[in-house]
Amino acid sequence: MLAAAGVVAGGLALSGCTVPSFGASPGDTTSSRSVFHLWQGFSIGALIIGGLVVALIVWAVVRYRRHGERIPDQHQYHIPLEMTYTIVPILIVLGLFAATMVVENKEVANPRTNVRIDVNAFQWGWKFTYPGSNAVVVGQTTQAPTMVMPVDTNVHINLTSSDVVHGFYVKAFNFSRYALPGVLNQFTLRAVATGTFFGQCTQLCGLYHSLMWFNVKVVTPSQYTAWLASFHGSAAATAAAAAAAAVRQQTSSLVPTKLATTTGTH
Amino acid sequence: MVDVLERPATLAEPPHEAHGPTGLLKWLTTTDHKVIGLSYTVTAVIMMVIGGALAEIIRAQLASPNGTLVSLAQFNELFTMHGSVMIYLFAGPFAFGALANIIVPIQIGAPDMAFPRLNALSYWLYLTGAITMLSGFFTAGGAANFGWVGYAPLSNSLNTPGAGADLWIGGLLLTGFSAIFTGVNLVATIFYLRAPGMTMFRMPIFTWNLLVTAILILLAFPVLTAGLIMLYADRHFGTHIFSVAGGGVPVLWQHIFWFWGHPEVYILALPFFGMVTEIIAVFSRKPVFGYKGMVFATISIAALSLGVWAHHMFTTGVVLLPFFSMMSLLIAVPTGIKIFNWIGTMWRGEIWFSTAMLMALGFLVTFLIGGLTGIYLASPPLDFFTHDTYFVVAHFHSVVMALVLAGMAGLYYWGPKFTGYLLNETIGKVQFWFLFVGTQVFTLPLYLLGLRGMPRRMAVYPHDPQWQFLNDLSSVGAILIGVSTLLFVANLVVSWKRYPAGDNPWDGQTLEWFTTSPPPHHNFYRLPPIRSERPTWDHNHPDHRALPHGHRVEAPE
Repeated sequence: MLAAAGVVAGGLALSGCTVPSFGASPGDTTSSRSVFHLWQGFSIGALIIGGLVVALIVWAVVRYRRHGERIPDQHQYHIPLEMTYTIVPILIVLGLFAATMVVENKEVANPRTNVRIDVNAFQWGWKFTYPGSNAVVVGQTTQAPTMVMPVDTNVHINLTSSDVVHGFYVKAFNFSRYALPGVLNQFTLRAVATGTFFGQCTQLCGLYHSLMWFNVKVVTPSQYTAWLASFHGSAAATAAAAAAAAVRQQTSSLVPTKLATTTGTH
Repeated sequence: MVDVLERPATLAEPPHEAHGPTGLLKWLTTTDHKVIGLSYTVTAVIMMVIGGALAEIIRAQLASPNGTLVSLAQFNELFTMHGSVMIYLFAGPFAFGALANIIVPIQIGAPDMAFPRLNALSYWLYLTGAITMLSGFFTAGGAANFGWVGYAPLSNSLNTPGAGADLWIGGLLLTGFSAIFTGVNLVATIFYLRAPGMTMFRMPIFTWNLLVTAILILLAFPVLTAGLIMLYADRHFGTHIFSVAGGGVPVLWQHIFWFWGHPEVYILALPFFGMVTEIIAVFSRKPVFGYKGMVFATISIAALSLGVWAHHMFTTGVVLLPFFSMMSLLIAVPTGIKIFNWIGTMWRGEIWFSTAMLMALGFLVTFLIGGLTGIYLASPPLDFFTHDTYFVVAHFHSVVMALVLAGMAGLYYWGPKFTGYLLNETIGKVQFWFLFVGTQVFTLPLYLLGLRGMPRRMAVYPHDPQWQFLNDLSSVGAILIGVSTLLFVANLVVSWKRYPAGDNPWDGQTLEWFTTSPPPHHNFYRLPPIRSERPTWDHNHPDHRALPHGHRVEAPE
C-alpha cells in the first residue's frame, strides 16, 4: 500500500503536478531534475512511514500510560502481524530500489558527445582543460576559476586529482563525484539553463579545503564556440601559452610548494 | 545442559568474598568485571564530555560565516578529534566496554567474564589508547587533522607530517586491540558461562545484542588494525600501499576503513538497541514483543552490515552501485522490525515514564529520523546529491544522538544496580527534555543546510552567508545538549549516595535484578529457576508468565 502510494506520488511528480520540494530544488541539468523527483518520491514515502510510526508511538504513550499497579496481559508474539511488518517493508524497499535504478542508469550513462572538459583538482584549486583547443583555465582557492560549458549539450567530464582526494560538487546540478588520485572518473553533464553556478570541493583535502571554490558558467553553444576561439588569437595564444606554462610550473613545483605551505602553517 | 531445575538453585555456600587490596590499589589491580565496567563507564563519560566540548567550539566557530575563534588548521584538528573521540573513545567503549561489562555476566548468571585478566588488559589498553590519541594536542604540529576517517593520501607523511597523526594511529591501534579482546571475552563468556537453564533463547535481548556485537567486532576490527599498520608503514617505512607514486591504490584505504567502518556503526548501535529493548519492556511491564524476531533482526542487521561498506564510497565512481544500494536499503527491513517490536512491547502495557523510559522514547523518535534519512543515502543518485554535505552530518548525528539518549537511559536504568543508589528523577526528566529538544534543534537545521549545499568540514563559509541562520539555530541546539550534560553531572553530585535503590527498583525482569545492588563479589548468592528469558519476573509474578501466541485471556470475573 505504501509502495503504491510512493509510485502514485512519483507519477504525480513526473507529470508535473505540484508536489512539495521537501527542501531540495530541481536544479539545472537533466539529471538533477530526475534526482529531484526521486528525492520527492523518497520524501513522500519517508513522511508516510515516519508519520505512521510516530502516530503509533504517540498513541501507545498516551493510551497505555500507567494507571496504578495493574499487570497487563503478557502477550509476546503475534506471528501474522510480525510477518506483515517484515514483508511490507521488503516490498517498499524493492520499490525504492527500482526507482533508484531508473534514475541512476540515466545519471551514470555516458552518451557520445564531442564536447569534453578535463577537470583536474589539486590542493587547493581547479584546472579546466578543453582538449582540441588552447583553452585552459586555472585558479586557486577564492580566486575561483570558471568552467565554461554549453547549454543543452552533453558535456563529457574527465575528472582527475593531482594529490589527495577532492570532491567535485555543484549544488545546482544535485551532483558530486570524487576526484581520486590515480583514477580517471568520467561523467556527463547536460545543463538545461544558462547561468553561473557555484561549485566547491566537498571532500576534506587539507588546510584550505573550505576555500577551494570554482564556478560553472553555462552559455549558449555559439557563445561557447566564441569563447573557445578567443584562445586562438595571437594575444590570447600568448596568454594561453603563458597560462599553460604557469600550470606546468605549478604542477612541477606542486610538491615542494605544498610541503612549504603545510609546514609553514604548523 | 539442564533446561529446567526442580528447585531454586541455591549455592551450597556463599560466594567467595573479595580479598586483596582496597582503594586505588584495588582499582589498579582488579579483575572484577563490575569494577572494570565502572572504570570503562567513567572513562567513556569523560571522553563524551571532552568530545562534546570540542563540538561546542566547532559550533561556536560556525556561528558566523567568517568565524575567527580558531584558525583553519585548528578547525581541522577540532572536527577530526571530535569525531575520533566520540566514535573511538566514547561510543564504542561505552557500548561494549562499560554497561556490557557490568551487565552481561550478571544477566546470564555468571560470576565474572570468562577471561578476567584479559578484561583488565582491555581496559588499560583503552585508557592508554585514549591518552595516546588525545596527547596529539600537545605536540608541536597539533593533533591529527585529516578527519576521523583518515583518508589516504591526505593522511600520508607528505600531506600530514607531524606526531599528531602518528599518535592518532597509535591510539586507534591500542583501542582497537582493546575492542578485539573485549569481543573475545564477551563471546567466550556468553557461550560458556551461562547459568544452568539459561539457553540461548532465554538470554535477554541485551545479552543477545552484545553477542552479535562481539562477533562483529571480531570480524571487523582486525581489518582496521591491518589498515592502520599499512598506513603507518606508508608514513614511516617507505611502503607505497596507498600512494599512486609507488604503484599503490589510495582508494584501497577507503575500502579497508569502511569494511571496518560500517560494521562499526552497528557495533556501536546494537548494544544501545539492546538497552532500549530491555528498558521499554520493563517500564511497560510486559515481555519483549516478538523476542525471537528481535534476535533474528539483530543477526540480519549484523550480516547485512558486512556487505554495505561501499555505500560510503558511491561518489568514488569505482564501486558497483546497484549491489551496495540494494544491500544498504535492505538493512531498513530488520531495523523496521525492531522499531515495530518496540512499539508492540509498549502496546497494551502499563507505561511508567521514568527518566530511563523517557530517554528510551527519545531514542525511538530520534533514531527514526536518523534511520529514515539513512534510506535516502542508500540510493546512489540521492547520495551523489547529498554526499559530504551537512545532510550526511545531520543523518549520522541523529543516529548517534539517539544512541546518546539510549546510553543515558541505560545509565539511569542500570546505574542503581551497580552503584546501589538511584539518580534524582526530577533532574533526570529536566535533563531529558534539554537533551531531546537540543538534539532536534541541533540536527534538523543541518539537514536543510546540506540540501542548500553546505559541505561538511568547512571552517568558514564567506561565499554563502545565508547559511548563517541555520548554523546559529544548530549552535543553539548544541548549547541545549551541553546544558543537559551539565545537568547529568549535577545529578551525579546531588544523588551521591542519597537514594538507596534496593535490589529491584524497577520491577526488572532479568537476572541482574535478582541479586543485590551492588552485586556481591561473583555476583549471586542464589539463582531463581531459569525457565524463560524473564527469570526474575517469573519468580516475582508467578501468575503472569508470558502468553504464547493465540492464547486468549479470560475476561476478569
